Amino acid sequence: MKLPIFLDNHSTTPMDPRVLEAMLPYFTEKFGNAASRNHAFGWAAEEAVDAARKQIARLINADAKEIVFTSGATESDNLAIKGVLEMYKEKGTHIITAVTEHRAVLDTAKALEAKGLATVTLLPVDKQGMVNPEDVRNAITDKTVLISIMLANNEIGSINPIKQIGKIAKEKGVLFHCDATQGVGKIPVNVQDMGIDLMSFSAHKIYGPKGIGALYVRKKNPRVRIAAQMDGGGHERGMRSGTLAVPLIVGFGKACEICQQEMAAESERLTKMRDRLQSAIMGALEETYLNGHPTNRLPGNLNISFAYVEGESLLMGMKDIALSSGSACTSATLEPSYVLRALGVGTELAHSSIRFGLGRFNTDEEIDYTIKKVIEVVTKLREMSPLYEMAKDGVDLKSVQWAAH
Amino acid sequence: MAYSDKVVDHFNNPRNMGSFKKDEDGVGTGMVGAPECGDVMKLQIKVQNDTIVDAKFKTFGCGSAIASSSLATEWLKGKTLEEAQKIKNTDIVQELNLPPVKIHCSVLAEDAIKAALADYHKKSDAK
Repeated sequence: MKLPIFLDNHSTTPMDPRVLEAMLPYFTEKFGNAASRNHAFGWAAEEAVDAARKQIARLINADAKEIVFTSGATESDNLAIKGVLEMYKEKGTHIITAVTEHRAVLDTAKALEAKGLATVTLLPVDKQGMVNPEDVRNAITDKTVLISIMLANNEIGSINPIKQIGKIAKEKGVLFHCDATQGVGKIPVNVQDMGIDLMSFSAHKIYGPKGIGALYVRKKNPRVRIAAQMDGGGHERGMRSGTLAVPLIVGFGKACEICQQEMAAESERLTKMRDRLQSAIMGALEETYLNGHPTNRLPGNLNISFAYVEGESLLMGMKDIALSSGSACTSATLEPSYVLRALGVGTELAHSSIRFGLGRFNTDEEIDYTIKKVIEVVTKLREMSPLYEMAKDGVDLKSVQWAAH
Repeated sequence: MAYSDKVVDHFNNPRNMGSFKKDEDGVGTGMVGAPECGDVMKLQIKVQNDTIVDAKFKTFGCGSAIASSSLATEWLKGKTLEEAQKIKNTDIVQELNLPPVKIHCSVLAEDAIKAALADYHKKSDAK
């Protein structure tokens, strides 16, 4: 086993060697511009892009023509939201989204609102991080042009009832955008069945290269139109100009193909590994709390709060394991994770949270090591924690008058 | 963000971690911070003849907060009450090479020292 261990697969993933292999010829031999229509170099590139488009579309049950390549999910979110709002401004300017969305969605909506181009309704989530479809229904007005709800949350892994939300959107004639960055390739996604009109996702979360993403834009029932946010050569059916990044697109396609073939087995393996990690840690340590939905979550996701210890110090104690924390000790605001806060997790428990993100290349041996290390470090830091000492002495920490600073 | 070697050393080998009994003779206790803010420090001094003969800490917080309080206990030992009063957060920042986002950890450590001294004075005045 090699250290450090990578258990932060929600942030990014290592590229699958099979993906790299597929990409390599497109850097050197087949370097053509896919938009060059009059020579063999261009044709080879175009052919590769078409093949990748099909592989990507197949994974989400879309048509290849409905895939618009972007630089990543952040750009896709921006293009979807700004593009729809600009295109349909005559109809209305109201957007419905939720508090636990990724910043690429929230900040895009806020930016439009700040410019006076949109009004935004932020829906709450329940204790397990789920959006209630009835809240979506109730928030729709005759000015609503877009609903944007994520498939699975990047911190807590909870999976939203997308199909029900899609159904409501269709009933009400409102477009539905879904940020599916964390879900595509990990759980089955079917844009037809789920009633999704626009969908953002990217390659580097599914063992593909960084710097390439896609926006699915529905072509019929209804035909969705978006205003381009970048002017130029009119690539991607006029929706996103810029020379296509052929090697990255080839890698994205290959990554999708592998996910499609291996999703069932991989999901089963990761779920088993994740459940083992969860029960070993939570069985050995008292006062640990699972954040997010207990079952309806991404296979590789585990988010736990460890009472009485601060997340960043936990990460420091486990520095040979790459993890992420909801603690925001490094941020100037001292505000911990807004996602956990939206679930109603207390600020102190939000500071104490760790996100484990398991992926394709993690092994049972690595999980064994992680279990041992987590228990050891949490125990050590609790010995060091005045809060743990007080709790053990029977002091109710909520009754203490703390001097907030 | 990379931690300085000194922060890592204090974090891995905390000095004087532990507690005195609060009602023990000559003990002053300072508890500062709040759980919602992500850090709480408890710093204790044991005083004989106006000199700090021992110090202990317990901290809930990030690595820099733990290192700041660990360092503070090291510095406090052997100092007179008057000298201890003069320890500044900037001294801690310098010694541990704390980045700007971690300066509040050193401020908290200074507050903890002041609180422990005040508690000791209050208790000895009461006698």
